[in-house]
Formats: sequence, C-alpha cells, structure tokens
Amino acid sequence: MQGGKEKGRQDTAAPAIELRGISKAFGAVQANKDISISVQPGTIHGIIGENGAGKSTLMSILYGFYKADAGEIFIRGKKVQIPDSQAAIATGIGMVFQHFKLVDNFTVLENVILGAEGGALLRPSLAKARKILTELEREYELHVDPDALISEIGVGKQQRVEILKALYRQADILILDEPTGVLTPAEADQLFRILDRLKAEGKTIILITHKLREIMEATDTVSVMRRGEMTATVKTAETSPEELAELMVGRKVLLRVDKAPAKPGDKILEVENLRVVDDKGVARLKGVSLDVCAGEILGIAGVAGNGQSELLEVLGGMLGATGTIRVNGQPLPLAGKGADGRARRAAGIAHVPEDRQRKGLIMDFMAWENMAFGYHHDAAYQSNSVLMDNGAIQRETAAKMERFDVRPPAPRLFARNFSGGNQQKIVVAREIERNPDVLLVGQPTRGVDIGAIEFIHRQLIALRDAGKAILLVSVELDEIMSLSDRIAVMFDGQVMGERLPHETNETELGLLMAGIRGEAA
Amino acid sequence: MDFLTLIELLDSTVRSATPLLLACLAGLYSERAGIFDIGLEGKMLAAAFFSAAIAFMTGSAWLGLLAGIGASLVLSVIHGLASINYRGNQLISGVAINFLAAGMTVLVAEDWFSEGGRTPSLEGSARFGPIKLPFADQIADTPVVGPIYAGLLSGHSVLVYVAFAMVPVTWWVLYRSRFGLRLRAVGEAPEAVDTAGVSVIRLRYSAVIICGVLCGVAGAYLATGLQANFTKDMTANRGFIALAALIFAKWRPWYALAACLLFGFLFAIETRFQNIALFGVPLPLQLVQALPYILTVVILAGFVGKAIPPRAGGEAYVKER
Amino acid sequence: MQKMPAWADAILVPLISLLLAALLSGLVIIGIGEDPIAAFKLMVDGALMRSAGWGYTLYYATNFMFTGLAVAVAFHARMFNIGGEGQAMLGGLGVALACLYVPWPHWSLAILGSCLAAMLFGAAWALIPAWLQAKRGSHIVITTIMFNFIAASLLNYLLVNVLRPQGAMDPATAKFPEPTHLPTFRDMFSTSETILFRGSPANVSFFFAVLACVLVWLLIWRTRLGYDIRAFGHSEPAAQYAGISPVRITVVALLISGALAGLMAVNTTQGEAERLILNSTEGAGFIGIAVALMGRSHPLGVFLAAILFGFLYQGGAELALWTNIPRELIVVIQALVILFTGALDNMVRMPLERLFLSLRREG
Repeated sequence: MQGGKEKGRQDTAAPAIELRGISKAFGAVQANKDISISVQPGTIHGIIGENGAGKSTLMSILYGFYKADAGEIFIRGKKVQIPDSQAAIATGIGMVFQHFKLVDNFTVLENVILGAEGGALLRPSLAKARKILTELEREYELHVDPDALISEIGVGKQQRVEILKALYRQADILILDEPTGVLTPAEADQLFRILDRLKAEGKTIILITHKLREIMEATDTVSVMRRGEMTATVKTAETSPEELAELMVGRKVLLRVDKAPAKPGDKILEVENLRVVDDKGVARLKGVSLDVCAGEILGIAGVAGNGQSELLEVLGGMLGATGTIRVNGQPLPLAGKGADGRARRAAGIAHVPEDRQRKGLIMDFMAWENMAFGYHHDAAYQSNSVLMDNGAIQRETAAKMERFDVRPPAPRLFARNFSGGNQQKIVVAREIERNPDVLLVGQPTRGVDIGAIEFIHRQLIALRDAGKAILLVSVELDEIMSLSDRIAVMFDGQVMGERLPHETNETELGLLMAGIRGEAA
Repeated sequence: MDFLTLIELLDSTVRSATPLLLACLAGLYSERAGIFDIGLEGKMLAAAFFSAAIAFMTGSAWLGLLAGIGASLVLSVIHGLASINYRGNQLISGVAINFLAAGMTVLVAEDWFSEGGRTPSLEGSARFGPIKLPFADQIADTPVVGPIYAGLLSGHSVLVYVAFAMVPVTWWVLYRSRFGLRLRAVGEAPEAVDTAGVSVIRLRYSAVIICGVLCGVAGAYLATGLQANFTKDMTANRGFIALAALIFAKWRPWYALAACLLFGFLFAIETRFQNIALFGVPLPLQLVQALPYILTVVILAGFVGKAIPPRAGGEAYVKER
Repeated sequence: MQKMPAWADAILVPLISLLLAALLSGLVIIGIGEDPIAAFKLMVDGALMRSAGWGYTLYYATNFMFTGLAVAVAFHARMFNIGGEGQAMLGGLGVALACLYVPWPHWSLAILGSCLAAMLFGAAWALIPAWLQAKRGSHIVITTIMFNFIAASLLNYLLVNVLRPQGAMDPATAKFPEPTHLPTFRDMFSTSETILFRGSPANVSFFFAVLACVLVWLLIWRTRLGYDIRAFGHSEPAAQYAGISPVRITVVALLISGALAGLMAVNTTQGEAERLILNSTEGAGFIGIAVALMGRSHPLGVFLAAILFGFLYQGGAELALWTNIPRELIVVIQALVILFTGALDNMVRMPLERLFLSLRREG
C-alpha cells in the first residue's frame, strides 16, 4: 500500500485540503451544515469550536470514518472520494484521534505496522518497519522504544506512536483531534515543537481544539465552528481570543466567573493519608491528605490519570482505600460495609461524577427515574414499606427541571434524549438540591455547551456561598483557576502542593502537574 | 492399570479430544476476533447431520465432510449477520443457532430417512476409516515404543490428524502472519484496525467463517469418523465444553490442545469404565457422566487462574460519534 | 430525540419479527413436503377450537409464563439465565419431596407448600452459578448450561437409586397422595350439563402463573429492589456510583429467576403427572428464553408470548399426531423467534426507525 502515491507538490498554488459544501446528519441531528474550508500546504490550521459544534465529525469525514451526505473534497487540487480510512491513508492523510486507536497489548512496532504490514509474513514486515521507525525518530525527534507494550508507556508516548503511525504511512496531511487533553503543559509544548518541525518539513497540519490558547500559540490560520456551521476563517495573527470566543458562542462571553471572596468556615471534609492500590497492584493514591472548609471550593488540578478520579471514587464510596476520611469530624468507613455510595450520601456527601453518561445517569432510564438515582431509598419516595411512590418522584422532578432550566422539561423523556448540557443539569440538580454538606464535582463542564457551563458554575458558587464544602476536580486549568478558592495539584497519586489562585499562575501549576516542585514549594 | 490398558485409554482420549479440539480452535478464531460464539454446539450438530446424510447418499465421506462444512457455514453467516452487521446480542444469536440446529437436524432427518431423527448407519467409504501409519504393523511388537506408535499414534481417521495439525497451524497464523496480527488486533481494539484502514467487518467475517469450517470438520468427525451415523443431539454439549477449554487455555492454541486432551481424558474414562471406586466407595454412574460438566464449572470458577478474554469480545463494533 | 414512538417499539417490532419467524417456519414446512396453511389450520383446530385444546394450550402457557418470567427477571439485571431447565428440574424435586413427605390435609395448603419448596430448590440450583458470576466472573451462560446437565444427572441418580418405589420399573417417584392433587380446569369450570376441558391438564397453577406475572411487574417497576435490578442491568458503573452492590443484585436477581423457573414444576409435577418423572421439564426452560425475548422482558408481554407458545406447543403436538411433521418443528420456530426478536432485532428495527424518521420529516 505504500509507494503507489505521488509525492511532492508540483502545484504549490493549490490548497492541500479543500472542502466544499460538506453536510452530514445523524438521524435528525445536523452535525455539519454546508461547510467549506481551504488549507494551504505547509501550514498549521486550527479548527475551534464548542463541544458538539461538529469539528470531530468534519474531520472524521475527511478521514473516511463517516460518509458526507453532500459536498466535495479536494486534496492538492484534485477531487477525491474518501469512502474509508484506507482511501484517506492512500491520499496521504493521517489522523491522531482524541482517544488513541492503539492495541494495548501490542508493542509499539506492531501498532505502527498494523494495516500497513507490506507482506503476509510478520517477521520481515517488523524488521523493515524497525528501520524506517529509527529514521523517522531521528528526523522528527519522536523517541519511543519500538518493543515496549502500549499498556506500559505513558499517554505522551502513546500519542507519539499515533504520529509515527501516520508518518509511517507517508502522510503529509496530519489531523490532530484535541491532542493536548491528556498532556501536561510541558508535554503539550513538546508536541507543538514536533508539529513545528513537521510543518518545516512541508507537512500540512490541522489542529482541532476547544482551547483558545493553543490556537493562538500554534496555528497560522483558524476556522471557527458553531452548531455544525463554519462561522469564520481568519488569520491567527489578525484575531484575538475574545473575538474567537464570541465567534464560537455567537454572543459575548465572560471568560471569568464572577464571585465574591470566599468566607471559609470550619473544616467539613478532612482526608488523611488516603492510599489506593488497584487490582493490577499499581498504587493509584499514595497518601493523599487535604481538607475542605465550609463555604470553600477546593480545586484539584492535574493531568488526567494522576489519581484525581480515584480520589473522587474513594470519597464517593465507589472504591475501597486505606486512610482516614472525616465529615464534620465523624470518620467514615473506607472499605466493606458502610463504604458504598448510599452510605456516603447518608453521611452528607453528594457527588457529581466525572463520567455522567456511564456513572451519573442511567441513559435508558427516564429523567424522573434518574432524578431519584442513588436516593431512591429515601422515605419521601416510598408509598409504603414495599412500593415506591413514583408519582411523588415525578412531581419533584418536574419542579427541579423547572428550577434548573432543563430543556425540554419532560420528566418522562429518557436521559439519552437530552443534550450533554441538559444531562449534566439533571445530575447537578439531583445532587445540589439534596443540600449536602460536601459536594464532590468531577469534570462538571466536560461535553457541556457554554450556556450550560455558565449556569453550572453559578450553581456551584451559590452552593459555596450557602456555606457548603466543594471539592472540584477538573482537567481544565481555566476552570480550576476561575472557580477555586484554593488549588491543590495532583501528580502520580500525590498532592504536589497547594496554591491560592491569585498567588499562582499557569506556569507554576503546570510544573506541579508535571511533578516538578519549584523553589516555592 | 497395565500399560496396554493405559494405551487404550489414551487412544480413546485422542478420539474424544478431537471434536473438542476442532471446536475449541474454531472458537479461538472467532473469539480472538471479538465474536463470542456459544453456537459452536449447533454448528457441530448441523455439520454432523449433513455430513452423515450426504455421506450415506453418495457413499463418500469426503462429500459428506463438504456438506457438513457447508451446513456449519450457513449458521456461521447467520451469526455473522446478527453479531457483525446488525449488532445483535451474540449470546442470544448463539442460543438461537443451537436451537435451530437441534430442531432442523431432526426435522430434516425425519423427512429424509424416517428413522426417528437419525441417519442410517454408514459403511465403507461413507466413513472416515483409520489410517495406518507406515511400519505400524512391523514395530507393533517392540516393547513400549511399539504400542505407543501402533496403538496410540497410528490408526486414527484423517480428521484426527487434521485436528492435531491445526494446533501448530493456528499458532503460526496467529503469531507469525499478517492475518493473525490483524485478527488479534480486531478482538482487542477494533477501532485501531478500522482507523488503520483495515475493514473490521471483513476481518470478523473471515474469523467467523474459519470458525464455521472448523466446526464443520468437528461435526463431520463426530458422525462419520467417531460414530457411524447421526443421532439426535449427538454433540452432547461438546460445543460448550470446548468453550470452557478455550477459557481454560486463555485463548492460546497450545494450551487449548492441553485443555481438550484433559476433557477428552474424562470422556475416555466415562466410556471405558462404568464402575469407578474412589477409596473403596463405588461412584454412581451418573456422577461419572457428570464429571466433565462439573470440571467445566470448576474451571470457569477460575480456580485455575483468572482468564482475561479479548477486550472487545462480545461487542459489535460501532464507530463512535 | 426519540427515533420511534413507544408503541412501535413495544408492538410493531416484535410483531414483524414474529411474522418473519412464521414465514420462515412456513417455508420449512413446505420444505419437508407439507402444506403450511393446512398445518396452521390443524394447529388452530387442535389448540383453540375446543375447550380441551385450550386446556392444553393454557397448561403449556403456565410453564412458559414461569420460565419466561425467570429469564425476563435475569434479563433486567443484564444476565442470561439459560439454566431454567435445570432449575425447573430441581423445582420438581422440591415439589415431589413436599408432596410425598408432608401429610397435607388439603390441596390449597399443599400447593402453598409445594410452591415454597419449588422456589427454594430452583433458587438453590441458581445459587452456585450466581455466586460464581458475582464473585469470580464465571460466565453465567456456560455455568448454567453445565448445571442443566448436572441437574439431569442428579435427578437421574435420585429417581433410579433413591426415590423409586420398590419394585417399580420406570425411574419415577411414587404417586403423590390424594390430598395434594390440584383441581383441574375441568373440576373448576364444568357444570353438571356440560363438561369442559375434558382430559386436559390445565389446572389451578395457571392462576398462580398469572399472579406471578403481576407480582413480577410490581417487583420490577414499583419496588426499590426492582429499581436496583434495572439500574444494575443498564449500567454497572452507575449502579456502583449509586451504592447498589453488584454482587448482591447479581445473586438476588438470579435467585428470583431460579425460584420462578422452579415454580414451573408445581404445574407439571403436582398438577399434571402427580409424581416426579425424568425429563418432566420437556424443554420449557429453554422456551422461556424465546418467551422473554418476545415479551420484551415485560410481564404482560411474557403473559401473551407464553400463551402464543402454549398454542404453538399444543398445535405442534397435534401436527405430530396427524401429519408427518415432527414435534421438533416447535424447536425450529422457537429458534427463529429467538433469532428475530433477540439477535436480529436491529434488522427489523433499523428500517423501521428510518421509516418513522422520514415520516416525521415530511409531517
């Protein structure tokens, strides 16, 4: 499959990629509406937009993952059909997906050659690939051990494997979908250096992101998408983050959250020396200690996978651990009986989980059933000692949907039929309206549109001002910086340090997130 | 137990293990590609009937084998349709296939032969007869080596040798060929295969079809090699036991061989010894008959170590939105 | 955005699947040289046109309600209990012991006792696979299949060596004493002038099956346990988040499932045979799968599907009696129903969803 493709760019005037009038609908949802875009060769072109704006769909069409309902694709001035990924690869397009498409129990080398083996026998293919890989590594400084298993290398390296896969297939157009979501700021910087180098070699790069900063720093031109439509394409040097944000949302947005200074009270949640070892014997929490006071938001910053999820799960009663947790001075059991989600709720801990679709909601339950989820043993929800009072739950749900502006306000609609933002509002409504002493919040705005983000942030601030203790985990540094009254940074299952938001900056936090303590620590 | 009885017992073990081994390897291809298949039983049963029926009509065991493979393939394609194209529940599809085979074989047998759901007895070239390995007679009298060679290794039908040869072949395909690499990948991470430009659907169908062919051979061996006709429900749960052996073997070919030989040994004991005494207490016949099933449960209970199935097993591949 | 109205999902999809299964079954009948229309008429005549036919249809339907509910409850917890057959066999053992060794004064007490015994024994037989699934992740499908076989061996041993009365030839228990005999439909519904349900085995346990449908409906949709079971079935991580113990729900759901399967034996063993015989279940445990799938795991659906299969079963017996179509036809139909309503569900659903979507766009 290699070789047969013409290389070089005889006609430098032709754009590397040109899309004309691309449309795509999933059922009744119009994901892409009449999108046209043109990318010059040897540039980095950013595509920015909110979650669900249709960025990933557009790129998946370019990579042959989906078939467009209408529209044309031109690569280097030539009209092409891209019915599948095979065709995309043959036209020189490579894609690095947000969720890596790697086989965990294969080696780096096996992953690189998969689908591009170049022969029916494995051994010669692997030997040939090993040589090419060494050259590529030298050329682009993409160092990875070819014989390491994917499951044994970090996400940063895994991403390099994805880039190597594309380069091995001689891609000269590289699409990266939200590439920095799982990287530390330092790793992200390294990635952008690699991208610059690729650009210098004449490769064309499309960078999909929702982070304005990355667009401003790394791209030459940028296109903005909103609700499936392309709203603008501008030169990065001629725009500003504020303008891009407005283009993304369609109105002026506050990039900062309005809030009064916190008035912290007594310690409500106390955590001491929390340790978790997973079933593979890997330590996930290595002695975490922290406190959250009444009327305070403690933000936990960190790159995904450094123990924040486990911390939330232990506090929420989903995972066993050793150590001490006290709520209002009362110690809670950490394993066995009385250490489950129901007992935690009884102890005054409410939990907005990180993954609302898998954990926070039952997608095949109706909204009203979800509104009782986790609290369905409450006396208020029972008719008698045997039967539940479904009518009472439905009435309460209708009222809560009204207060939290859930759209549509239909208690009998299945959870899967709400948008991401409205699903999250159902979860937040359920947990906040319980008036808990402690609220655990994981990634509250992931996959949520900006309107709902503002709403949810206001609710969290209001709960704080009502004197409750809030523990916020987010991988979005902006969100941590703007919401938190105090920030703890986690790295490798430990708290690297605590900072006050007005006394720190992204660089310092970034170093802590990478496990590097500065002099200040 | 003297040496010759042991040889006979092992010889019987090899025969009993053969259909299990073929079915187990069939399941290995399917499950390595991410398709659970509890329809091995039904495919074997259908193959057993059609191989016996066609062998009886044509007098050729080989034509019978082809017919058996064909019948098994039809069921494979149904399973493929349900689990690959229509994202159906693979367990339910497998159950349906088992019932379909159980009902159709008797229905057709009655229509064709009217002998109460069985086929007439097969004779001569309608069966796969024993193959005598070279010099088997000459060295049969040599002590130790003779009985092992002549009594244990020689004298099986060609399908037995095919089954055992499939073990190294499968190992080689899985770990040394491009197809094997892709097969293993599609069972672990179909999205990786898809984005690498390889068709998940085509790969999974290949696996399902190989599975069908091997089940076909297994069924044909049952009716035209091990036995000399088809009888109702003659597979007697071998398909399920093969699955247990596959889990025991953790989806690896050489271990599959060992697991199937173990089960074959239990079956051999059951057929050879009706009365077994343990510490002087005679075991009831029913207990001896139930032993392979009890062992299966014990193995599944993981008292022999935890087995981790292919990660994408049992789930249809849907491109995420 | 819902793709299809609820009524289409609940009625239209299974109906089309059923028609497809019927169509293919018709082809099978043609394939073995019989006339499907005549066969269908014969089935209707034999199963529905006389009260005795109804007596058989409802007798079989009673079995299928219990086993269908058993499979359905397990389905709600996203588990596939193929072990209804074995659990029903053990239920039969429980019924036999209760009827033989307790001196019941009257059938109304005897049936309560035998129901309890059937549930206990059926649930006990589900306990080990349930525990292995919950604690060790052993695949419930294969373990329950194995337990069916082990149950058959166990029953064989007990009937041949332990429970068989001295001097008797066939492997069965002694006849149950008179006070345990259940009133049949004939006893209940015949008047002095007209005898209804003559010679047919339908008996009072039918009403227990109907009651079981109602109770299971209440359990699944109106109790906390049912809520837990459904939540766990839809999403295990979510269940854990809510504090629902996966181990507890797995075990409890399968125990309920086993108990329901075991209850079937009250109908066959106490109601009909009035002694425990080998193979008293006759594959009803497996038909429960088709019934549950067709009934969409909803008790009302199970009730209707059970009556449909009761009709098929009785009609199939008539066919075997009067034509050259063997009883195994019913196994084929059962397989086709499972295939179309279970595994190939999307084959029917996807085109329908597209149809409704385009209708809505135009409308």
